[in-house]
Order: sequence, then C-alpha cells, then structure tokens
Amino acid sequence: MESPTLVLSGIHKSYYGNPVLRGVDLTVRPGEIHALVGENGAGKSTLMNILFGMPVIHETGGFEGTVELGGRAVRLNSPSDAMVEGIGMVHQEFMLLPGFTVAENVKLGREPTRANLFSRVLGPVGKGLRSLDRRKMQDDSRNALDRIGMSLDEMQPIAGMPVGHMQFVEIAREVDKENARLIVFDEPTAVLAESEAAELLATMKSLAAQGIALLFISHRLDEVMEIADGVTVLRDGEVVATLDMQEASVEQIAELMIGRPLPERELPARGAGETQQVALEVRGLEVDMPGEEVRGVDLDVYKGEILGIAGLAGQGKLGIANGLLGLHPVRGAVKLEGAPFVLGETLAALRQGVAFVSEDRRQVGLLLDESIELNIAGTAVHVLGRFLGKSGGPLAMINRAEVRRHAENMIQEFDIRCQGPTQPVRRLSGGNQQKVCLARAFTLDPSLLFVSEPTRGVDVGAKDRVLQQLVRVNREAGTTIVLTSSELAELRQVCDRIAVVFEGRIQGILAPDAPDVEFGLLFAGERSGVSS
Amino acid sequence: MGKLRQLALQNVVPILFTVLCVSGIIAARADISLPILANDIVTRLSRNLFLVLSLIIPVVAGMGLNFGIIVGAMCGQIGLIVVENQGASGLGAFFAAMGVSIPFSLIFGWLTGLLLNRAKGREMITGMILAFFANGIYQAVFLLMAGPVIPLHNQRILLDGGIGLAITIDLIGTGGQLDRLLRPSIPFMGLPLFIPVATFIFIALLCVALRGYLRTKSGQELRAVGQDMHVAEISGINVDRTRMRAILISTVLGGLGQIIWLSNIGTMNTFQSHEQVGPYAIAALLVGGATVAHATIWHAILGTLLFHTLFQVSPIAGQILLGSAQIGEYFREFVAYAVIGVTLALHAWRTRRS
Amino acid sequence: MNPLDWLKRLGVTRTILAAFLLVLWIVSAVATELDLVLLFSDCLVRTGMNGILVLALVPAVRGGVGLNFGIPLGMVCGLLATVIFMNFDARGGLGLFGSIALGAALGAGAGWLYARLLEAVRGQEMMVGIYVGFGSVAGASILWLFFPVSNPELIWPLGGEGLRNTLVLDGYFKQWLDLKLAIPLGGTAFVPVGLLAFWLGLCGLVYLFFRTRVGMALSAAGANPRFAEASGIDVRSMRSLGVIISTAMGAVGIVVFSQSYGFVQLYKAPLLMAFPTVAALLIGGASVRVAKVSHVIIGTFLFQSVLTTSLPLVNALVGQAEGAQALTNLPEIARLIISNGIILYALTRKESA
Repeated sequence: MESPTLVLSGIHKSYYGNPVLRGVDLTVRPGEIHALVGENGAGKSTLMNILFGMPVIHETGGFEGTVELGGRAVRLNSPSDAMVEGIGMVHQEFMLLPGFTVAENVKLGREPTRANLFSRVLGPVGKGLRSLDRRKMQDDSRNALDRIGMSLDEMQPIAGMPVGHMQFVEIAREVDKENARLIVFDEPTAVLAESEAAELLATMKSLAAQGIALLFISHRLDEVMEIADGVTVLRDGEVVATLDMQEASVEQIAELMIGRPLPERELPARGAGETQQVALEVRGLEVDMPGEEVRGVDLDVYKGEILGIAGLAGQGKLGIANGLLGLHPVRGAVKLEGAPFVLGETLAALRQGVAFVSEDRRQVGLLLDESIELNIAGTAVHVLGRFLGKSGGPLAMINRAEVRRHAENMIQEFDIRCQGPTQPVRRLSGGNQQKVCLARAFTLDPSLLFVSEPTRGVDVGAKDRVLQQLVRVNREAGTTIVLTSSELAELRQVCDRIAVVFEGRIQGILAPDAPDVEFGLLFAGERSGVSS
Repeated sequence: MGKLRQLALQNVVPILFTVLCVSGIIAARADISLPILANDIVTRLSRNLFLVLSLIIPVVAGMGLNFGIIVGAMCGQIGLIVVENQGASGLGAFFAAMGVSIPFSLIFGWLTGLLLNRAKGREMITGMILAFFANGIYQAVFLLMAGPVIPLHNQRILLDGGIGLAITIDLIGTGGQLDRLLRPSIPFMGLPLFIPVATFIFIALLCVALRGYLRTKSGQELRAVGQDMHVAEISGINVDRTRMRAILISTVLGGLGQIIWLSNIGTMNTFQSHEQVGPYAIAALLVGGATVAHATIWHAILGTLLFHTLFQVSPIAGQILLGSAQIGEYFREFVAYAVIGVTLALHAWRTRRS
Repeated sequence: MNPLDWLKRLGVTRTILAAFLLVLWIVSAVATELDLVLLFSDCLVRTGMNGILVLALVPAVRGGVGLNFGIPLGMVCGLLATVIFMNFDARGGLGLFGSIALGAALGAGAGWLYARLLEAVRGQEMMVGIYVGFGSVAGASILWLFFPVSNPELIWPLGGEGLRNTLVLDGYFKQWLDLKLAIPLGGTAFVPVGLLAFWLGLCGLVYLFFRTRVGMALSAAGANPRFAEASGIDVRSMRSLGVIISTAMGAVGIVVFSQSYGFVQLYKAPLLMAFPTVAALLIGGASVRVAKVSHVIIGTFLFQSVLTTSLPLVNALVGQAEGAQALTNLPEIARLIISNGIILYALTRKESA
C-alpha cells in the first residue's frame, strides 16, 4: 500500500509551560479527505502552525514529536520549508492582491521568468531583473483553474470579484504548485453562500480524486459527514478519537468534541425572592459585529439568575452583549424590566443599570497605563457623575480621596493582588486585571451585568476565584448576570441555564447538567430544543 | 456618458489645473509672449522631469510620496561639489558628478531605507522630518567642516575665511553640459524654440528603464509589496528588502535628477537648492493626477508640464488681475502646499472608508 | 537596578539634553567671560516665551491625534487677532489680553474645522497636520497682502503692498508680561515673573482640566478609544475638543511669544515653528501617544536654554578668529539637528506604532 501523505506522531507542544498539544497522532492518506474537528482552543491552530513551520512555534521552544511526509521524516522550520514539501493552505481570510489579475495572484512569489539583456549581463546578481514570462503565467493559471473545474477568466483582476470566486483563486494557487500533495482547508465554507459552499465541496472531492490529500478543518459537522473519509476529534490538546466516516455519526462526533467530566457544582444557596420575573426581554436582535454577527436572537433573561451563553467562535455569542451595549450597529426590540430599552447608545444603556465586562480585556476593558483606582472609578465618573465635587458639571473636579477609598474597598472585596491602588494595571496578572474589570462594572451598581469570557487568559487558580466572585455578587446583591464563555465547563459550573448560539441565533437552552451529547448537537447546529 | 463622467472624476486634478493654466494664460495674454512662455516651459520640463520621475518607484512600493528624496538631492550636490572642487570641466565632468553622487546615494539611501522600514505606515512624515534632519547634517558638514576637515581646497567654492562652502557656487565646469550637447531650435510663432534634445533623450532612457523594471520579477515584487505587505510576505517575498530597493533606486535617481536640474540652472544655492526639491517635485507629480498609492510616468510628465506652466503664469496673472505680483508668488506656494495636503487628506479619507 | 534602567526611568532624551546644558553652562563659566546672570535671565525669558506653544500640543496628544504639527493654524489666528487690535490702536494690557481673547476665540473656531478634517483622515493626522500648518501660513500670507488696515504703523511706508513683514510692538504691548512683577538682577538681567506666572498658571489649568470629568473623558478617548466607547464616552467629540483647545492655545501662545519678542512676525515666519515646538515637548519626555504638563515644563526649559546658551557661547569661544564667520551658524545647525533628530526618534520608536 502507498505510504500515507502525512503522519504526525506524538506531537507535544506547550506555550510558556501550558501544554496545548499532548501527544497528537494524525494520519492522512493520498486522495483522502480527512476532517479535523474540535472546540476552540482544542489545539487545531497550533497543530497547523507546526505543520507550516510557523515562526511562532520555534520562537516558543519548538515541539516534540515527528512529522512524516510520504513516509519520510521532515523538519519544517519555516513556511517556505512547508511550501517546498508540497503543503499548501487555503486561508480563511483571503491572501490575494486586489490590484493583480487572477494569473498574477496564482503565480505570486513563484513567477516564471525569461532572461533578458540586463539579467544576462549581470549574471546571478541580475536574477531579479529577469522578465516575467506572462504567457506561461497565463497558461499555468488556466491549467490550474481547469483542474478545479473553474471557468474563471485568468486575466480578470481580483478587485470586484465575488467572494466565492476568490476562494477558488486561492485553491488554484495551491493546486498550481507542482508538488502539491497536501492542502489544508481552514473553515473554507465560513464566508460562502450555500450554493458556493456546495460547489467548493464538489471541487474538494475532485481534488482528492486526483490523489491530493486534503485536511479539512470545519465546525459544520454536516459538511464533514458529507465529504470526509475520516475524522480526527481533538479535545484539550488530545486526540479523543479517530473515526472512519462509515462508522461515525453526527451525535457521536458532537459528544466527543464536548464530553468532559462535569465539574462539581457547589454553589451557595439563593436567598428568597427568586422569581420567574423577566429582567430583560430580547426580540429579533441583530448585531453587525464583524466575525460575531447576531442574526435574530430571541431571549428572556430572568431576574436574579446567571444565564450562560455558549457557542463556538464566530457563531455570534459575543455579539449579543456587545450589541446590547451599543458597541456595534444593532437592531431589534428590547425591554428592560418591562420598559423599552434604547438600543445603540452606550451611555444610555449604562445609565439604565446595564454594565458590561468585555471579552477583550486589554483592548476594551482597561486603560492599561492608568492606575487601578482610575480604572475602577473612571466609567462611574463619566456615566453617573460619581466621585465628583458638589457642582457635578462637566468641569467638576474629581475627588481623589473618595476614589482612593473606593478603590481600596474594591481591592479587598475582589481580592485584587497588587502593590496598591496607584499601580498601573498593565503590570497586573491576567486574573487580577479581570478583577479590576469586574470591580469597575460593579462600581456602576448594575442591576444587569454582562460578562464575556471572564477567564480567557487567566491562569487556572485565578479562574475559579473570578467565577466565585460572580456567584457571590449574584447571591449577595441579587445582580442578574449574563455570562458568555467559550468554555462550556465553566458555564456548567455556575449558570442556572445555558443558551447555545449557532449561526447568530439561539439554537436551544439547556440545563447545566444536560447530557454532553445534547450540548454537542446544539453546538454543531444539529437540533434545537429546550430542556430545562 | 457615464464613462466620460467617470473619466473626468478620476482626472479631476489635472483637469482643474489645465483650466487654471489656460485661464491664467488668457488673463495675462497681453503681458505674455507665447514663444517665450513656450521656451520657459520646455526648459523647465527638461530641468525637472527627471526628479519627478524619481518619485514613482516608492509610490509603487506602497511607501507613498518620498519626501526623503531631498537626501538624494543632497548626494547629487555632493557630486557637483566634488567635481567643481577639482576644477574639472566639460561633459565628462558632468557625468563624473553623477558617478560620484551614486555611492553617496547608495549609502544614505540605505540609511533612509532602514529608518523607513522601522516606520511602516508613517513613511511620509518620517521621510519629511528625515529631510530636515539631513539638512542639518549637510550644513554641519559643508558649512563648518568644509576646508579644515573635509579636504576641499578650491577657493572659488569656499567662503572667504576658507571655512565653509560659498552660499552660491557657479557650476562653471558642470553647468549646462548636457543641454549644450544637442539643442536645436525650431521656429515657433516667429521666435526660435530651443529644445534640449540630449537632456530629453536622457529622460526618455529613464522612462524606458522604469517601465522595463516594473515588468521584471523584481518589479512585480515591488508592486505586490505596494498592495499588501502581509500577503507579499506569506508569498515568500522579502518585504523589507523590496522596500529598501525602492528607496535606493529613488535616492540614486533623485541625486542624478538634482545634478540635471542644477546643471541646467548653472548655479547652485549650496544650502537651499535641495530644500526646494521635495515639495515642488511632489506637487508636480500630484498635479498630473498621481496619488499616494498610484503614480505613472504619464502623471509625472503631465504634472511637470502643468505645474511649471502655472509657476510661470501665476505671477503675471496676479499682477494683472489683482495688481500684485507678490500675490501670484504666494498663490503658487499655496497651491503647492494645498495640492499635496488635499491629496494626502483624500488618500487618508479613502483608506479609512474602505 | 543597572545604569541603563536608571537612564530609562529618568528619560533618555531629557537626561542627555540636561547633561548637554550643564556642559554648556560649565564651559560658559570657565572658558568665557559671558555674564552668566544675563544668560540665565535670557533662558528664563525664552522658556516663558515658547512655553505656551509647547503646552498647546498636550491636549491634542491626550485626545489621541498625535503631535499637532498643525499648530501654525492656531498661530495664524493669534497673529490675526494681534493685527486687529493693533489696527484699532489698542495698547498695553487691553491690547495684549484683547489679542489673547480674540485669538483664542478665532483659534477655537479654526480648531473646530481642523478637528473635522482630522476626523476624516484618522490615521494620517500628523502628515495632514503638517500641511494644514503650511497651508494656513501660505493662505494667511495672501491675507496679509490684502488686509484692510488704517494704522500706518502696520503698512509699508513707501507704497509697498499689504502689511509689513514685521510689526514693531514698541508702544503697544512689548514685554508687557515679561516686565510685570519682574525681579531685576542687575544690568539688563531680570526674572520675568509675570511671563512665567502666566505660563505656569496655564500649565496648572491644563493639569487641573485633566482631573475634571470632561478632561478625564478626553484622556480616556485618546488613550484607548474602544475603552472610552464602552464607557459611554463620545470619542469623536472628545478628540475634537482636544484639537480645539490645542489650536486656541496655539493662538494664545503666539501672542505671548510676540509680546516677549517685541515684534509680530507675519508671512513665512510661523511656517516651520511647529517643529522646534514639537521637539521641545518630546525632549521633556513625551511621545506620540503620551504627553504631560511636566513634559512641557522640563522640555521647554531644557531645549530653549540649550539654544539660548549656545549662540553667545559659540561667539565668545570663536571670537574674532580668522575664517570663523561660518561657525556662527553652529547654533542654528544644532537646532535643526536636535529638534528633527528628536522627532525622528519619536516617530520610529516601537511604542509609537
């Protein structure tokens, strides 16, 4: 039997002591379409970075394990090594030059040339002065396009081309590489319309039929079922299963992706007064947040609960909170405590008692070079006029003593480990920065708090403390909390209900102790249902 | 109709300046002798075009308008100073000045490139400040050190005290050499119109070389980097080296252009000639319809023609229309700044919208 | 801590300049017969004279538009106000403060327009700013040619066109602030208490402004626009406010500069003034993104003192030596190299990206 195109064995990789890949094995045979699936953070992109010899891998200490191509062990130290070995990638965002024609893009960086007077005179020095062989560029591109069955004109410029066509130009570029034997498709259908996606899948099949091995990364399990010959499921940096497609089912893959022992739930009891009263009623919410579009969410948030919002990256879970706070263009009908809630105006939202801890702590959540105390107090100064002298007008001076006192209280209450209230937040650890963000939100005295990805980039010990703080405030102050997270486990640990978002809509709402397979199916958009 | 409209919109700057020039000529027709004007314009075209052309390559490489061209101009002046100091004369002296300027252009162009590669996204302002800075260094060298430290001995080009170069230097050896080589005249409205054919041949050679270069592998890399550095990088193109190449070419050409320019004028304002080069050459390129991201040889030719026509006509038109020649002078200065400023603003506005 | 860290903490640029200044003063004291008291007095006057222009840059940096190279726009407004008041023969405090008030108002108006332009060209503010500066100086030159004045002291005596190049403030408000409360130090030396107090008073106001509700919002908008938006701050109007204050203060700055200098310089005079002004702020320790009032005070004093000291020092050292005429250009050349070198350093620093 022919040796496999790609064999990865025993791949270990850690970033700064955190293991990301733990003994990953992966085999792709010539002519096979092999799917690689897993949650965000399961290790897919790290694996691809290793495969392409990306600098980020070598700058962080390299990796363990072996890479074999066509039965031969290889060392991939740079992207050009990977290129030489015949590994290509069709990127999620297009790597095309709009001002160039299709042919110029297909041959970019690999243009065929002819010698001319100057290059001859200058010898090897004049290599760059060789003329482009436009005839050959055109012919090669034509061939590549024909091989993938595209009738696209190779002399057409990229600018103004439909997105679907650009995807095919990318594929043609990979196919044109003489020794192309393995092409990675990274979420190729994410930006395509349905008909374009179908066309793409057909092309992938025909490429495989020509003997090229394809590695297919996708969140769309139905597409995986449709075209893949085998699938490898990654979870937390480990291969949990490698299945033949004939024996696999969507349910099975979904469960494998999610499945994890349930964390212990030891939550303090709630005081009396828990009701089914609706705090926030959302109808038809649409948010244009790039990469996290919300396309019609209906959702009720009950007073005093902790509601979790889960879903894979790019499905729109982050868009909900960002949209409601007016940070991205938003439409829909929303009521807060029964009264109409103004959409699209951040200041108005904050003044109505809705606060937000952003998923992007460093870019949105903090003024990194300002002190802890100003980070905690700043928003309340602007929104509520807190910590100001008596006049309260725009030119009222800030009362620094009061700010200091408040910051000291918050540092104690949220257990912020720091040298004091005047330390710049840039020097704090991720977990403590997150606590400053929480302290700032609570300084606004919110009745409803949105918290997104509170444990991202926070080390393991601090994760628990951050979650505990949320539970504490929920129980003590009765603050309603909407917690958005990519980590299902932490949602199941603290939430009362968990809504799963798929393609910009609520796919279903589950109880935190619902079985893995139900979560898995909702994540993959397979079935909607409410069970709680 | 739609197409015509689009064509007009795309070329709104050159059209506007054509209208300005023509109306200026009409307004000042009583005081302008067309044959003299034509001679002036032809002279200025031959004098400036090479410099304007030297700006094209960095634009193609996505580095914007090369305000650092002044560094090249200084290197050109170094070439002239060295040759004049030796007292050489003739066409050979002229080309010797060019030869001397090139190694200096390469060294200082390399330093410029290093700096601009550190300032990606703000190449223009960095180039501009670099020009001011380099001017300081140039003055330190030629005003304070020429004579005692730098071995320049020809009293003709030094200040009386023997330290520092003279404020103006007559280019006795190198001046007018190329122009004199072949300068036939054709009759034009009763007066001879002189055409410096040799200079124009030199410029034509540059145009051919530029076009040819952009069609080579190296030129293709330049265009790729100009569109998107990131895409170029992952396609295996060395972005920094490509940008460096663009600046080196531009600096060398800038030096040669400055020599052509000064040689045509015949005297050098030792400490000022190079300063005027940047803004006026850039304005000329833009008047021809070029932008921060797109420039061609035709933009350079048309722009130089229009800009220098306006330069000639505006003081006379100002005198006639507003009774003040001074106003024409301020006006053309204002136009030079305005055309650069507006182009920069438009470019920033467009990139922001897309 | 190793010495390099110490240097970083003190600020590389200002430490170098301070050391340089110290050397200049020591050389002046040891090797020349210069009147050190007079030299010191000149340093103080020059500092106060330029200080408001440097201070004017702070609100723009804090608002997030970078170094305001368009400050000549504000200067032109201040010059216009001065010309108007001189034309109406307003002298003394009335002329000075009238010019300051009108200049600030004109500057605020021009600043509002300028801010709208900068909003349209986000990302290229500094480059566009340079050309706004150049353009406004060239535009104002045309205005000076046609300015309708009646006061004969302002126009060329013998049939020249338009306003004079340089208007003499003698009898109007020459050194009005400098001499207020001045402490004489013997000879022509003095401490310009009024001038320094006015400048430091403005510095204090700016410092306090950044502790008000709106001042804090402006800072937040500049430091991190996305944070500011999430805090409900209107980032665009805050940024505009920074530009407006900056331009208005530029107008005030040139009026104070002129009174100290004793002349109002029109036409091309303000063309390149933005560069040394920006350099002074950077020398004080500011960057493209961070500027504090303390940077203004330190930077202006260091830079202006170096410039003020170097000219008489070079003259005294070189004296009447044979062929030394060229060397008198040294201070001007040093100014070019220092001020543009420092701006280059700021533009190519990693932090500024």
